Amino acid sequence: MTRPQEVDPAQIRARYPDVFDRPASSRLATPAMIVAAFAILVYGLVDLDFSPSRFFAGLSQLGWISLMMIPPDPGSSLSVYLKALGETLSIALLGTTLAALFALPVSLLAARNVVPSTIVRFAIRRFLDSIRGIDTLIWALVWINVVGLGPFAGVLAIAVSDFGAFGKLFSEAIEGADQKQVEGIRASGGSALHEIRFGLLPQVLPVIAGQVLYFIESNTRSATIIGIVGAGGIGLQLAEQIRVLEWQKVSFLILMILVAVAAIDFISGKLRFAIIGRRAVA
Amino acid sequence: MTIAVSILPEQQLAVLNAAYRRAVARKRLRLLLGVAIFAAALVLAAIGAEVNLRTLFTYFGNFISYFDRILTLDNGQRVWTDFGEWLWGWRKWLKMLGETLLISYVGTLVGATFAFALNFFAAENTSPAPWLRFVVRRLLEFARTVPGIVFALVFVIAFGLGPMAGVLAIAIHSTGALGKLFSEIVENADMKPVEGIRSTGASWLSCMRFAVVPQVTAGYASYALLRFEINVREASVMGFVGAGGIGQELVVAIRKFYYSDVSAILLTIIVTVFIIDITTGWLRGRLFGKEART
Repeated sequence: MTRPQEVDPAQIRARYPDVFDRPASSRLATPAMIVAAFAILVYGLVDLDFSPSRFFAGLSQLGWISLMMIPPDPGSSLSVYLKALGETLSIALLGTTLAALFALPVSLLAARNVVPSTIVRFAIRRFLDSIRGIDTLIWALVWINVVGLGPFAGVLAIAVSDFGAFGKLFSEAIEGADQKQVEGIRASGGSALHEIRFGLLPQVLPVIAGQVLYFIESNTRSATIIGIVGAGGIGLQLAEQIRVLEWQKVSFLILMILVAVAAIDFISGKLRFAIIGRRAVA
Repeated sequence: MTIAVSILPEQQLAVLNAAYRRAVARKRLRLLLGVAIFAAALVLAAIGAEVNLRTLFTYFGNFISYFDRILTLDNGQRVWTDFGEWLWGWRKWLKMLGETLLISYVGTLVGATFAFALNFFAAENTSPAPWLRFVVRRLLEFARTVPGIVFALVFVIAFGLGPMAGVLAIAIHSTGALGKLFSEIVENADMKPVEGIRSTGASWLSCMRFAVVPQVTAGYASYALLRFEINVREASVMGFVGAGGIGQELVVAIRKFYYSDVSAILLTIIVTVFIIDITTGWLRGRLFGKEART
């Protein structure tokens, strides 16, 4: 056993200049970033009319509201709410399925290994990006203008906004697929369609199925809110009850949403595991 | 080169073939059953959602022509022939867009701060007590499952109309979402530094500060930037319920059929979202790049 060597601080400093003598710019970078972030925050608070008095007044108001929410009580409209919840789940399921059906062919066009043309791919990708850049609620407003108020507008809104998301995700899944199987089919004389059907689809379908299930799950959440602009489902009831200040009904509706979302999460988690897990083993 | 393919006798082959066919048939049956159940669910859903294909076909032309109309100016010209006329309200819209960005910025920052404060209690490996972890997790779950716009609806009533309600709604939702992601990063962190620091007699707080935080900051920043991106989209619709931002202008334009304004505002939103996506993507690349180098 040897004693640890006596160290000379000066020597250490000389040996690791990066640690002990960092240039001013790198030493100041982090504090400068924090100060800048804080400055924007303060500017934002001022610009957005934050004031402590308003904040605390609102907080006490919020306290009252929470007190009035207890106990959650549907009143006499339980059946209406259950129907609205069913409507919401229907919107999510139909919207996602429609989106997936339409997105699959388009995603093939957006995948590098299927369509080598950069121009086509670029155009389709930007098109999908633009669709995704617009929120589901905005699509819902647009569709309400077209097919009128009601859940159908919600289905179409979810279908369109998911179409953008699916197109991107599917094309990424397709690009990630193994090319060897496609080459094998080409080598045995298959046409381009055969390559897609027997080389690509068997690889990507489980991935896609998993993503679709995940989206049905997350669309249950989206479908709860598109009712706020009038596109059907439980959001419509929720927005109405909030506007007429029926807080017990509001809290009941929120609880219903939470339970429904948890249930869908559970089911789709199981299904996803069943679909992807089995393939991963086989 | 010869390849040994053993030719099986007829009987043995027949047995194997039958077994193979049975296996395939079983698989097909299961697939068919799944498809049937799914189709039944779809039909049920279609009835529940009052899907009316005839409405869709009659009005689908409207959907196409809607885009035709929003791309036409009042004088019948296409919008891109006269940018001055199309984007006539750009001063007002840019101001509202700025407000939208500020709402999402402040909301994300406040949310990230709360998530940062809470996530150590929610993570399996750093939580000081199981009951505390349970409580914090349920809180985060609640904040994340209730949609932001529902919070906004309630806050508009409590705090009054205006961007404040939007900021708070986004902050709460971000706290829930980021709290979960942050705690997952912490759960993946290396615990050896924590043991090292605890062995020097340090408190829980010092353990977190000097052993966990240095490992996780890059991941936190990356997720917070991603959240900012999402929040920009979310803030763009907060105006629908009166919680500030560009959504207010948009909903007025859509409801009052100011067609060319709709496309102009949508364009500004899409461009803003693009710019934010690209900027945060670049920033995240730099953050992760730095992480990979050290």
